[in-house]
Amino acid sequence: METLTTTSWKLACRVEDTIENGGVCLKLEDQQVALFYFKRRNEWYATQNECPHKKQMILSRGMIGSLGDKPKIACPFHKKTFALDTGECLSGDECAIKTYPVKVEDGFVYIALQN
Amino acid sequence: MKTKTIVIIGNGMVGHRFCEKLLEKNSNFKLIVFGEEPIRAYDRVHLTDYFGKKTLDDLFLSKNQWYDENNIDLYLHDPVIHVNTTEKHVVSQKGICQHYDYLVLATGSSAFVPSIPGVDKEGVFLYRTIDDLNLIKRYAANKEKGTVIGGGLLGLEAAKALVDLGINETAVVEFAPRLMPRQIDDMASSILQNKLQALGLTCFLQKSTTQILGKNKITGLAFADGSQLDSDILIISAGIKPRDELAKAAGLTVGSRGGIVVDENMRTSDPSIFAIGECALYNEMIYGLVAPGYEMAEVAATTISGEQKSFSGFDMSTKLKLMGVDVASFGDPFITEPHARTILLEDKNKGIYKRLNISPDGKRLLGGILVGEAASYNMLLQTVNNNMLLPEHPETLLLGEQSESKPAGAGLESLPDSALICSCEGVTKAQICDAVIQQGCENADSIKKCTKAGSRCGGCVPMVKDMVAYTMKKQGKYIRNTICEHFNFSRQELFDLIKIHDLRTYDSVLDNLGTGHGCEVCKPLVSSLLASLWNEMILGKGNDVAQDSNDRFLANIQRGGTYSVVPRIPGGEIQPEKLIIIGEVAKKYGLYTKITGGQRIDMFGAHLNDLPFIWEELIAAGFESGHAYGKALRTVKSCVGSTWCRFGLHDSVSFAIQIEERYRGIRSPHKLKSAVSGCIRECAEAQSKDFGIIATEKGWNLYVCGNGGSKPQHAHLLVSDIDSETCIRYLDRFLMFYIHTADPLTRTATWLNKMEGGVDYLRNVVVEDSLGMAETWEKEMQALVDAYQCEWKVAVNNPDIRKRFVHFVNAPSEKDETVKFEEMRGQKKAADWNAPITY
Ligand code: SRM
Ligand SMILES: Cc1cc2nc3c(=O)[nH]c(=O)nc-3n(C[C@H](O)[C@H](O)[C@H](O)COP(=O)(O)OP(=O)(O)OC[C@H]3O[C@@H](n4cnc5c(N)ncnc54)[C@H](O)[C@@H]3O)c2cc1C
Ligand code: SF4
Ligand code: FES
Repeated sequence: METLTTTSWKLACRVEDTIENGGVCLKLEDQQVALFYFKRRNEWYATQNECPHKKQMILSRGMIGSLGDKPKIACPFHKKTFALDTGECLSGDECAIKTYPVKVEDGFVYIALQN
Repeated sequence: MKTKTIVIIGNGMVGHRFCEKLLEKNSNFKLIVFGEEPIRAYDRVHLTDYFGKKTLDDLFLSKNQWYDENNIDLYLHDPVIHVNTTEKHVVSQKGICQHYDYLVLATGSSAFVPSIPGVDKEGVFLYRTIDDLNLIKRYAANKEKGTVIGGGLLGLEAAKALVDLGINETAVVEFAPRLMPRQIDDMASSILQNKLQALGLTCFLQKSTTQILGKNKITGLAFADGSQLDSDILIISAGIKPRDELAKAAGLTVGSRGGIVVDENMRTSDPSIFAIGECALYNEMIYGLVAPGYEMAEVAATTISGEQKSFSGFDMSTKLKLMGVDVASFGDPFITEPHARTILLEDKNKGIYKRLNISPDGKRLLGGILVGEAASYNMLLQTVNNNMLLPEHPETLLLGEQSESKPAGAGLESLPDSALICSCEGVTKAQICDAVIQQGCENADSIKKCTKAGSRCGGCVPMVKDMVAYTMKKQGKYIRNTICEHFNFSRQELFDLIKIHDLRTYDSVLDNLGTGHGCEVCKPLVSSLLASLWNEMILGKGNDVAQDSNDRFLANIQRGGTYSVVPRIPGGEIQPEKLIIIGEVAKKYGLYTKITGGQRIDMFGAHLNDLPFIWEELIAAGFESGHAYGKALRTVKSCVGSTWCRFGLHDSVSFAIQIEERYRGIRSPHKLKSAVSGCIRECAEAQSKDFGIIATEKGWNLYVCGNGGSKPQHAHLLVSDIDSETCIRYLDRFLMFYIHTADPLTRTATWLNKMEGGVDYLRNVVVEDSLGMAETWEKEMQALVDAYQCEWKVAVNNPDIRKRFVHFVNAPSEKDETVKFEEMRGQKKAADWNAPITY
């Protein structure tokens, strides 16, 4: 038998509210979500806004970039880096961050908080 | 099915290392660990950092899930209280009875507490565990006088920690006639004593404590010579005592002065029981250091896995870990005639003492002591440990720090492949060279990842760096300071290329000169170059996302995610009306205010959303950005000078303001600080600045390349008795030369230190114009000065930029509710971000 999963997309914001090659923070269902528009790669990523290192609501204000082929975000506080696609920590021992699917339609950005 | 069960008693540094080593070798064992402390193994060597910048999280030796993931049963807060060697089981305090095939005792040691009447009084502490430190921290608040009994390595570390906790009058009491009696000699001790005095530590030698005074709480100490010392808090650090009580009760052989007797395989008198670390007595010796403990862990793990490895003693060389005090001893520090010849160097003026003990034939180094300058420690230690041949004039080994980098190359060459570079992790020269050649490691970080060298105490990192450079050079690789994987250029090369190609945005620089998609290293660096070249508003043209966090929001980010606001107060001069405005703005937005070390006022704790509103009000009152967030000119401090001071020769305040206003906002490789003093009494501390100016009878003396900060350095006199205009011309040239050529994040002092020819060369370039660049640089500087605009003024008036100052883009008026403050002395402070320890 086939399992049907429904992705529940949440309307997050308009494309024009986002920032090219950078992040913004969103409040979605009382959670803080960081949304990144990696224009150079034409990719969108959403992750938790909290940096696991010192539990700071800050990742949306970090710098994005690449490590080899991997897209990443660097926390502004102590520059720990996390993979934007998988959420794994790329610098040392911190925990991974949560990542969420993103889609863009008709100038609106949607994020799926849970599958 | 796991075949055999190993029980480990003690989850300290060595017990943990044993688990790691055993897993590496063999996964066929079931590991069960009992620990008495409430938390898993942590880095005791860096315990003192817990008072400073490190949190418990930083100190843990493993990730939270490590034991689970490796299928190790870990019982914390549950000491083993009984070992039954015939039935082969252990019983824990909470009542767990566990069978073992092999038992490993890694119970460490406890502090030795002399039996002085009164040691049980409130306010008397030990210094061994996180718990001890928590207790000390709590008790130390508001205490004024502290004492440490014991002037050894640990005692000095504990004493410095008390000073850092705010106990300004701290004393060290030592029974022996010198400090660190096991490591250094009398002369070294007296130099060390002077250094400690400068840090606020008074040392009393040859003092035997007879009583701890006070009713319930300690109030002081009484000594055998009849003298007394007031003290509100006391740490006892008079030596260690191996924890052999469990072994003794189980009938294992222990030494007469303590310690569980082991053979070269770490086996105790019972063949199924091993002892490792500070509880083990090998060859009549307790090893109170972590590196030998790690070696023991490896030996025991190897033996249990059925392979061969034996312990043959370990070198006890050490370096004291006190910021600003270099003390090291290696090999045999005390050996004398006729077994050795001694070479001494003593410079009381600089506080340097060095002693080398060489073999009677002058060929080998046997040991030595370094105080005040210990950069050559690693190399000398290697020379002893590898029994290397000394140069013809061994006294050259004693001279200057520079001798470290130069002969190091030759020294590295002659090191045998087996030389142990990182003793914590047991990494040899061959392994490091291999990592460079085979695995392409080109810096200390990647070596750390590949080999673990330098990941523990960090003491070998300078040597690892030299080793990498040496190996790369040997392979014919040109060592260039390239920026990161996205730009294969040095900062200076990139600077010139951006200028030639007339590039104005980060993206265009990356597209034209780089590869990939950038990172947190090259983005701020390129942004800084763009700003130094063109001085355009740094948040325009999509460059905002390439700025470091502080530059991106034109404010310094604080714990919790709020920002600080620092308006420029040139020369430190401010009218009463403006003081009132600052007070009003701070009150309105609920900001904490503080006078900074740079003669101006900082307002902390502003929400991102509030920043534009705060600045709007400040700008309306005539303030402008202070660039406290940028790699740019910070402050030009001034002393009051001839306008009021009876000694003042010229108007230092006016000149400071003129200079601050000239160079404000200009981006440079690192921040720039300056000061102008009205006479040689130097109240503005100009000689500790990147550029400092001091009034003379005939004009100004210009000093350059000084630094405060972690490695203070006095500035050098560049020229004397010049007039104000000449001074500014020289400054223009000096600054542009620095901006063009310095490595990223290099202050002027470090830049000069690396410059061939030093300050004489710099003087030739700046004053004599030996490069013929003077005119160009003066023009470039004038262009930057003319392009100045207050960034905050642009930001608040530009709707596109301004709209970025919100926390939630989908709820712009809401502030981040996770930001928390606490109250202190009638103002607020950021809530502590170190989560309280939960057991
Ligand atoms: C606010 C202030 C401390 C205070 O409360 O007095 C301060 C605060 C900071 N200093 Fe400082 N320094 C302050 C005066 C100093 C001084 C004293 C001085 O300027 O006369 C020094 C030593 C002088 C020197 O730099 O040569 C100083 C040496 C440092 C250093 C070490 C630099 C070095 O070369 O070793 C750093 C770290 C760095 O820049 O990499 C630093 C870094 C910092 C940072 C920016 C750390 C950070 O990245 O968050 C702090 C930002 C606080 C904030 O959020 O606003 N701060 N700092 C002082 C601001 C002065 C001002 O008005 O702008
Ligand atoms: C402040 C400080 C600074 C230091 N600095 C340095 C340095 O710079 N360089 C250096 O080489 N060394 C240094 N040391 C020494 C170093 O920390 C020790 O050599 C090392 O920790 C020894 O490891 P260990 O596992 O043998 O003992 P420990 O790390 O002490 O671990 C033993 C553990 O066993 C537990 N235990 C004891 N009995 C039982 C029982 N019956 N059941 C269960 N658990 C038990 C203890 O509670 C403890 O947690 C320093 C030590 C301190 C305290
Ligand atoms: S203000 Fe300066 S000295 Fe003080 S904690 Fe911050 S960086 Fe360190
Ligand atoms: S809080 Fe993110 S790296 Fe420290």
